Amino acid sequence: MNAVRGLRLCLLAAGSLGFAVLFTLAVLDLPPFGGNFHPYGDRAVRASLLRGTPNTVSSVNFDQRSLDTLGEELILVASALGAVVLLRAVRREEEDEPARHHLGPADVFDALRVTGYPLLPVTVLVGVYIVAHGQLSPGGGFQGGVVLGTALHLLYLTGDYPALARIRPVPLFEVGETAAAAVFVVLALAFAGQVIASNVAVGVEVGCAFVLVLAKFFEQALLIRVPA
Amino acid sequence: MAWAAYLVAGWILLAGIYGIVTSRNLVHVVVCLSVAQSATYLLLLSVGFRQGATAPVFSDIRPGRRVVDPVVQAMTLTDVVVGATVTALLLALAVQVAKRRGTVDPDALRTLER
Repeated sequence: MNAVRGLRLCLLAAGSLGFAVLFTLAVLDLPPFGGNFHPYGDRAVRASLLRGTPNTVSSVNFDQRSLDTLGEELILVASALGAVVLLRAVRREEEDEPARHHLGPADVFDALRVTGYPLLPVTVLVGVYIVAHGQLSPGGGFQGGVVLGTALHLLYLTGDYPALARIRPVPLFEVGETAAAAVFVVLALAFAGQVIASNVAVGVEVGCAFVLVLAKFFEQALLIRVPA
Repeated sequence: MAWAAYLVAGWILLAGIYGIVTSRNLVHVVVCLSVAQSATYLLLLSVGFRQGATAPVFSDIRPGRRVVDPVVQAMTLTDVVVGATVTALLLALAVQVAKRRGTVDPDALRTLER
């Protein structure tokens, strides 16, 4: 076993050395850091202003490179789907009903609960704002989707698991995930350049993906048991 | 010294790969992969940096102002979100490996049978 590890480290050292030399040579040939040579950036800014999208990053993602974003989006769907499929009850395992558990994250201070409950709607609102305003100000479907998907879990942090299970019916989020992915495929292939609509579709999709994946991890940790 | 930012990206990549190769825990492997992946964020953003420039959002600045390269920023953005779900997928694999084989040490996993 030690011989294997030694051999592996030697291989790593050789590979790292080769990478370091080649990478340094490649870097020395790049345009200097912080310089003015950005041919793609300049063209992207011009195209984005021409199309009336002030947030150039959103314009690049959902207008100029929307076909590439479609590919990245499908990777996201595929890996979220993979995580959901992997984290099911397998073989002898059984799944408990959420209502039988009153599990929160250890003991929560009352002050934290009082702060957490009002923060939930505020966080959801911030998420919606980041999605809806994505073509004008920094933000967009990807960032807002993550905020929306994680906002619901404030209810677990300040409350308990049954409360979280009540506000996020998993089948609904599964439908939302696939529907939003389908809408985005149609938007990217047939109506490229609809930045607002694309932001909404991606926001819903990313949000649902995060909720579903986290739901499956919760099930693994709290509900799935091997019967004695 | 103008190339230091690029070299740091290469160093982070190597640090992540070193962690993956020497790891004794699958969760640690996934975290190291995230470290290695963050090298791409740094490389992309350093390539797009421009001295004295601001964010490429024209809602409150006039057109013609120097901005950093928005193309690499868009790539970094999708990279971060996709990377998070891929990390979730890999952690799900680690959970199932731990349940089936009773270990998370990659060296203790030998064959695919059983």
